[in-house]
Amino acid sequence: MRVGLFIPCYIDQCYPQVGLATLQVLRRCGVEPEYPREQTCCGQPMANSGCVEAAKPVARHFAETFAAYDYVVGPSGSCVSMIRNHYDDLLDDAAEQQRLAGKTFELCEFLVDVLKIDRIEGRFPHRVGLHQSCHGLRELGLARQSELGPTATPQVNKVRTLLQSLEGITLVDLARTDECCGFGGTFAVKEAAVSCLMGRDRIADHQQAGAEVMTAGDMSCLMHLEGLIKRDGAPLRVMHVAEILAGNQP
Amino acid sequence: MSHATAAAEFVADVDRARWHDRALWFVRSKRDKCAQQLPEWEALRERASLVKQHTASRMAEYLEEFERNAVALGAVVHWARDAAEHNAIVYGLLKERGIQRVVKSKSMLTEECGLNPLLESKGLEVVDTDLGEWIVQLRHEHPSHIVMPAIHVKKQEVGELFHEKLGTTAGSTDEKYLVGAARAELRSKFLAGTAGITGVNFAIAETGGFVVCTNEGNADLGASLPALHIASMGIEKLIPRMADLGVFLRLLARSATGQPITTYSSHFHGPKPGGELHIVLVDNGRSKLLANEELRRSLNCIRCGACMNTCPVYRRSGGHSYGVTVPGPIGSVLYPARDMQAHKSLPDACSLCGSCTDVCPVKIPLHHQLLAWRKTLVKAKVTPWHMRAAMSVVGGVMARPWLFRLGGKLGRFALRWSPRWLTYNGLNPWGAQREMPPAAKQTFSKLYDDGIGHGSARMDGIDKDQNKLD
Repeated sequence: MRVGLFIPCYIDQCYPQVGLATLQVLRRCGVEPEYPREQTCCGQPMANSGCVEAAKPVARHFAETFAAYDYVVGPSGSCVSMIRNHYDDLLDDAAEQQRLAGKTFELCEFLVDVLKIDRIEGRFPHRVGLHQSCHGLRELGLARQSELGPTATPQVNKVRTLLQSLEGITLVDLARTDECCGFGGTFAVKEAAVSCLMGRDRIADHQQAGAEVMTAGDMSCLMHLEGLIKRDGAPLRVMHVAEILAGNQP
Repeated sequence: MSHATAAAEFVADVDRARWHDRALWFVRSKRDKCAQQLPEWEALRERASLVKQHTASRMAEYLEEFERNAVALGAVVHWARDAAEHNAIVYGLLKERGIQRVVKSKSMLTEECGLNPLLESKGLEVVDTDLGEWIVQLRHEHPSHIVMPAIHVKKQEVGELFHEKLGTTAGSTDEKYLVGAARAELRSKFLAGTAGITGVNFAIAETGGFVVCTNEGNADLGASLPALHIASMGIEKLIPRMADLGVFLRLLARSATGQPITTYSSHFHGPKPGGELHIVLVDNGRSKLLANEELRRSLNCIRCGACMNTCPVYRRSGGHSYGVTVPGPIGSVLYPARDMQAHKSLPDACSLCGSCTDVCPVKIPLHHQLLAWRKTLVKAKVTPWHMRAAMSVVGGVMARPWLFRLGGKLGRFALRWSPRWLTYNGLNPWGAQREMPPAAKQTFSKLYDDGIGHGSARMDGIDKDQNKLD
């Protein structure tokens, strides 16, 4: 099984520890991924702004970079969703697009659905709030959304399953289980006022639940939230799920 | 004014924005409970979506069937291409009969067509009889929500308004007292009204009848007391058969307010004895949507407002920030179809969280449609050139690994060493309220190249490096 490690551009540049943690987790689960050196970005910022023509060469580059792998795994629900759900008008070759979509997985999803792992060895004796990033939740279906009826699939929360298996961890109960953090890519800049209020409300929910650490499957949400936490001096740490699963401590 | 600007003004009063958010979240939570109680919830949504898509695929046929059957029941059917034609038809009917006073039950279509200002300009008295809509009418405002038109108004403000307009006790915020005062006042308007105008929630092609849903019963009074009943409906309100109705009635109230059923679902089949019933079928841009494959499903909309209640942007920015009759996610899909330039900021009033798509009882892929609009606006060059240019540059960089590495290096260097005033200033909307992301000393790819890609033997060393990154 050849697994290509997909480290989104901003993780590469700003949060290398999340990339390392992803690599570590995969290795501990018996997978030795390869990191294709030529990778850059999935094209999401351009595509979500509507700039399809600007996104096309980026998507093409991504598809070529990962063409040789059986699986592509990355620590970002939103980038993975971009490839799986939004590449159809970026790649001209429909067969290529479907092949790529079918083999690209978010980290927790890959562990649970492909490797069939539901337990991770490790200890994390802290109170943790799980921010369910929207694209992972609603576009990849990493958990059942609170909006859907009781029979909707899936019934398992893939991220939570893995976190819960850690020794000593307490997952706190949030008042709003799947509220958006307000990042939304260029939304964070174009609608900065609403974006920041959404972020502060998200942080407040974690604080009232007594979380020490806020985690998510998407570093981009955490980047926005961390920016607010630091500015406000809130007593909360952010850690990507991969970091917690890799055994890092706050 | 762009949505972002209007939203920033609303959000500036942060307590009010949070109060608004909580009020709507309460409704959304009630909706969730309702959805969770029905094992068949997803099946209902699927069925509703299919019925609506089917109807749209044979719109002309079903409209004609509806007209035939409605006429057979004694109604008069009018066709209006746009808002102006709709208003002219309604005004014509009132003028012919010398009617001076009209009671209206909540109709977003007449709001969309600007009927009230037209009738008032002709010297008619128009009273909106839905409590919320009457409140905004008294405030000389527009509704900020399609189901709860006055959701942006606080109880204290209603108390003050009623004190000023109805002479209720100053400072009173007692709901029962205030509603009682409104009831007495509206009752006199009902009795004096000489024509009733209602909207239509569902029109049934098979029978030629239609259903109006209200929680206050105001449509029943408005339609039953006067001799003339005018019902204005968008052509998308059509469903084929009576048997389909139950699906929609079960979805509507649960999605809108978290009630199992709307308090009054009134069926109208032809005029009341001795009365007149006129049905105005309004297009006003709908057939343009019908012709658009990507946006056609927006015609599924049953105007429940669930997308607004769940939208984290709507909840915090208020309905008026959208500057249109139907705000929120569905409005942001509908209005650019009328005028791209005027409503170009609406598809950006969205973090693409996708919650609207999940709550929509008729499965309109709302956030996908908003994304589709962004693409259309870029293609039509309506999106500002600097946005398009910036994205072209980023795309050009990201398609070239060497340029990405170089750009990253320069960016991280600049972020690390720039004085704070250079990074945080008026030109950086990110930094106004947030700290910038950290500029890592080393990229992941550099660390990988430095050896961690070659087996787990070196993992311990990396763990230490990693701590240094903090």
